[in-house]
Amino acid sequence: MAEPILQIKGISKEFSKVRVLNNIRVDIERGEIFGIIGENGAGKSTLIKIISGIYVPTEGELYFEDKKITDFNPQTARELGINLIPQEFNLINELNVFENIFLGKEYQKSILLDKKKMIKKAEDLLSMLQKEIKPTDKIQDLSVAKKQMIEIAKALAYESKLLIMDEPTTVLTGSEIELLFKLMNRLKKKGVTIIYISHKLKEVREICDRVMVLRDGEQIEIEDTQNIDEHKMATSMVGRELSQVFPEKNQPSQETVLKVENLSVRGLLDDISFDLKKGEILGFAGLVGAGRTELAETLIGIRKKESGKIFIHGKEVHIKNPTDAVKHNLAYLSEDRQGTGIITSFDMTGNITLNSLRDYCKVLINHKKERETTKKYVESFNIKAASLKTKLEFFSGGNQQKVSLAKSLDTQPEIFIVDEPTRGIDVNAKREIYHFLKQLASNGIACIFISSELEEILGMCTRVVVMREGHITGILDEDEMTEKEIMLYATGLKGVA
Amino acid sequence: MKISKIFKRFSADKWGPLLALAILFVISAFASPYFLKTRNLLNILRQVSYTGIIGLGMTFVIITGGIDLSVGSMTALVGGISILVLNALGGGAWAIFVAIVVAIAVGAAFGAANGLIITKGKVAPFIVTLGTMAIFRSLTLYISGAGEFRSQSDLFPQLGMGYFLGIPIPVWIFIGLAVLFWLILNHTKYGRYMCAIGSNERVAKYAAIKIDKIRFFAYVIIGITVAVTAVLLSSRLNSISSSNAGQNYELDAIAAVIIGGTSMSGGSGSIIGTVIGAIILGIVNNMLNMLGVSPYLQGTVKGLVIIGAVLIQRKNNK
Repeated sequence: MAEPILQIKGISKEFSKVRVLNNIRVDIERGEIFGIIGENGAGKSTLIKIISGIYVPTEGELYFEDKKITDFNPQTARELGINLIPQEFNLINELNVFENIFLGKEYQKSILLDKKKMIKKAEDLLSMLQKEIKPTDKIQDLSVAKKQMIEIAKALAYESKLLIMDEPTTVLTGSEIELLFKLMNRLKKKGVTIIYISHKLKEVREICDRVMVLRDGEQIEIEDTQNIDEHKMATSMVGRELSQVFPEKNQPSQETVLKVENLSVRGLLDDISFDLKKGEILGFAGLVGAGRTELAETLIGIRKKESGKIFIHGKEVHIKNPTDAVKHNLAYLSEDRQGTGIITSFDMTGNITLNSLRDYCKVLINHKKERETTKKYVESFNIKAASLKTKLEFFSGGNQQKVSLAKSLDTQPEIFIVDEPTRGIDVNAKREIYHFLKQLASNGIACIFISSELEEILGMCTRVVVMREGHITGILDEDEMTEKEIMLYATGLKGVA
Repeated sequence: MKISKIFKRFSADKWGPLLALAILFVISAFASPYFLKTRNLLNILRQVSYTGIIGLGMTFVIITGGIDLSVGSMTALVGGISILVLNALGGGAWAIFVAIVVAIAVGAAFGAANGLIITKGKVAPFIVTLGTMAIFRSLTLYISGAGEFRSQSDLFPQLGMGYFLGIPIPVWIFIGLAVLFWLILNHTKYGRYMCAIGSNERVAKYAAIKIDKIRFFAYVIIGITVAVTAVLLSSRLNSISSSNAGQNYELDAIAAVIIGGTSMSGGSGSIIGTVIGAIILGIVNNMLNMLGVSPYLQGTVKGLVIIGAVLIQRKNNK
C-alpha cells in the first residue's frame, strides 16, 4: 500500500449545535484519485472546506504528510500544497484571465509586475485545457464553462500536492470533460493526489480509484470503484432503493400560451421562432454557448431584442424589463444560482418573497403571511434548513436551488423558464425537482426547460428545441427524440444553421 | 412579551453598539458628577439629534451600497434658503410654516439631483456627492456674501430651543423619525428592496426590482433628513453661518451609521444601531468637553472610536 498523504482522523463539524459531519476517518493515498459522493447536505462540501482550511473542525485531527495540521486557514493549506477548485466561482469579473490566474502570486520584475511572463505562463496552463481562451480576455465576457476552466488553471498555477475538485464537470460538455480527465490522469502520474466530488456517478466510476459515500454527515462506505457500480453508489447515497427518477409525462393541451416569431438579438440570437403550449415542458437542448440562456434573458426583458415578436395568449406583448415579465406572468429560474438567483445573505423568507413582495404588503409587510408561505414551500419542496432564520449561505446547493425555485414560483407564473435547474445537485434533489416541474405542468403551467443533460430532456419533455450558435437547428417531436439525433442537431451536422 | 423573546429580538449585531453605549455611560457617570444631570443628558440628546437625523437617511443610502458626502454643505445651503424665505415672508407663524415646506422641498430636490446623476449618469456616489458637497458650500458662501443668514423672526427660535413634555423638540423629532425609518427599513417593501440591492444587485435586477428607483429615493430621503436638520439648526441659532454650518456633518452621520453596525459594503443595516451610534458620539464629545480635553484633540478621539468600533465588529463577525 502506498503511503498516505492525508489522514483524516475522526473529523466532526457542528454549525450552531447542528452536527453536519460525524467522525470521518480515512487515509488518502499519494497519487490516487479519491471520489466523494453524497446527496446535498451530506457533508461533502463541509469536509473539503475543512481539508482546505476554510472551516475548523469541531472534533478530530488531520495529518498531512504525517504532520498534524493545527492552523486551519486557506493560506496554510495552500503553503502545504492543498488547493481547492470551488464549485462556485471565485473569479474577479473586472480583471482579465491571467490576472485572475495569478491573483496573489503575481510574478514580478523588481517592483513591477512581469505581465509578459504571466501571460506566457497562463497560455501554457490554458493550452493544457485546450480552450480558446486568451489570457487577456475579461472574465465577465466568458461563458460559465470557460470560467470553470480558469478556476482549474488557477489551481494548477500553484504547485499542488493535493488538488480538490468540487463538481468541476457540471458546466462542461463531453469533449471538455474528456480533456479534464486526461489532465487529471497526467497529474496523477506526476504524483498529485486528487479529491474529486461529483454527482455524476458515471464519471466518478470512470476517473476515481476509490470512492467514499457520505450520507447525512456519516461516512457510509469506502469502496474501490472496480467493486461498485453506479446503481450501488446511488442506493448507498440515498440509503434506500431509488424509485423512478423521471415522472410520467403529461400530454400538453393544444392551447398555445407563448409564441415567439423571428426573435433576434445582435450577435447572440438569430431568427428564433417557436411556440409553447399550456401544460407543456418544452426542452431546449444545445451545447454551452448555443444561446439558450440568452434567449431566456431576452424573453424576460434582461436583454433587448432587436427584432421579432412575442405573443402571449395570441396577444403581442412588449417585455422591456423583468417587471414587465412579472406582469405577463413569466418567471425565470436562473442557471447562475449565486450570481443572479438568490441572495446568500438573506434568509429563506427574504429570498422566497423577493419577486412577489408586493403580494405581501399593504403599507407594511405582512410578516406572518410571509412566514406561512415559507413554511408551505419548506414542506412541499422538502427544504432542509437549520431554522427559518438561517441565511442561505449556510445552505447546501440543492436546498439553495429549491429556495430559488420557490422564489420564482411565488409570483404564480403561467410561463416558467427553468435554466439548468438541476445543475450541481444530487440525484434525490434532482428527482424531487423533476416531480415539482411535472406537477406544475399538470396544473397548466407552460415550462421552458433548458438543460445540457440530454438524459433529463429525454426524460421530461415531449418536444425539444435544439439550438446552435444562436439559431434553432431543429424542433423534434417525441418520436424523433433520441440522444444521438439531438446531438446531430446540436453540433450542426443536421438542420440548417 | 416574554423577556427571552425581547432578548432574542436583540440579535448579536445589535448587542455590540448597545453594550458599548452602556459601558460608556457608566464610565462617564463615574468620570464626571455633572454627566448624570438631566440638563446635561438632554443637552447631549439635543446635540446628537442634528447629525443623528441625517444619520437615519445615511443608513438607507449606505445600505443600498452608496454614500452621501454632500449632507454637511447641503445643511448650510438649505438652512440659508429657509431663513431667506422666512425673512421675505415677515417671520410670523405662517412664514415659518412656508419656510419649513420650502426647506423640505429644496432638500428633496438636492437629494434628487444627487440621485439622478448617480442612477442615470452612472457616476459613483462618492464622486457625485463630493462634487455637490463643493457646489452646495460654494453657493451658500456666494448667496450670503460669505457671511451669515440671520433670521429676523422672534418666533422661529422657539422651534429649535423649545421643549415638549420636558424634552427638547429636536429630540422628539429625532425619535419620531427614527421610529418611522425603522418601520420603513424592517417592515416595508422599500426597506427589503434596499437590502436586496445592497446585497446583490444582479439578483435584485432579475427579481424585477427597480434598482434605479430605489436608489434614487434613498438620496431623496437623505435630502429630506438634511432639510429637517437644517430647519432645526437654523431655528436654534436663529441664523446660519455660511462657512461653519453643517461642517463635518457628513463625517458624524457616517460615523454614527458605522458605529451602529451597518456594513459599509451595503446590504444590511440597523436604524436602532445608528441612533445608538449617534448617542455614543455625543457622549464622547460631551465627556471630552467636561474633562477639559483640548477641542483640537477631540477629532482624534472620535476617529479612534470609529476605527475601534469597526475593528470590534470585524472580530465578532469572524
